[in-house]
Amino acid sequence: MSDLRTELKESIIEQLNLEELSVEDIENDEHLFGDGVGLDSIDALELIVLLEKDYGIKLTDPQQGKDIFVSINRMAEFIEAHRTK
Amino acid sequence: MNKQYYISNFTSIKKGAVYNAKNKIFESELELNEIDLFLKEAYNFLALSYPKFFKMDRLSKLGILASEVLLKNESLESDTAIILSNSTSSLNTDKTHQESINQIVSPSIFVYTLPNIVLGEISIKYQLQSENAFFISDTFDAELIADYTNDLLAFEKAKNAVCGWIDLKNAEYDVFLCLISEEGDVPFTQKNLEQLYYFENE
Repeated sequence: MSDLRTELKESIIEQLNLEELSVEDIENDEHLFGDGVGLDSIDALELIVLLEKDYGIKLTDPQQGKDIFVSINRMAEFIEAHRTK
Repeated sequence: MNKQYYISNFTSIKKGAVYNAKNKIFESELELNEIDLFLKEAYNFLALSYPKFFKMDRLSKLGILASEVLLKNESLESDTAIILSNSTSSLNTDKTHQESINQIVSPSIFVYTLPNIVLGEISIKYQLQSENAFFISDTFDAELIADYTNDLLAFEKAKNAVCGWIDLKNAEYDVFLCLISEEGDVPFTQKNLEQLYYFENE
């Protein structure tokens, strides 16, 4: 469970070039967008790519991302339920 | 009668060094082809606290670093125009994007496949809501830059301007930015712009 969350944080930091953040800086239930981690709309597109590349999950409706990319916890739950790799 | 404008300040970045006017303010000890590390070193040297910097492509990083040196101590009007130019457009990022085209394309690389994105990044950082343009020419065309900038100022489309050259060929970079305003000692003319650029590159 928590390994997937740590793995996600590591991937997000690397893929989104969040150089000044470390895994410890991101809380599992912290908002990833807005006042939380501060991701933006391009980051959201990059997260869609990350889901497909790392977990074989293809989001067909971009609106879905809004609900899934709320926090690390929500992303991890979604990945556990839908991953194909 | 038209107002007189001056080259209030200028900055350049080339061969591992950052200059403010004629003063070298930072020099890296890295190999010249280590551009990504150099950009990070310069960011740290300038004590920038701007996490978005790390998401940018090399061209935009060069633009942010140069404008930080140029504008750090200025209280800028939001209608400060930006007129930049180079010879290679966004080729560096275009190539990276092209190499990834058979796999899953990265949106954060794709958004930098236009040279004028650097204008947007500088505008966001310094909250400029102004006229801007990016020209492509084989070499630094002082006549084009001076004419275009002078027209914007003469027709009161902007109060000040940042203009210059921001070129990137693989790991080779050549950046020369000037702040044009009503204050300064060096009149803003094509000849002075040209002489400053070529003097800096001697």
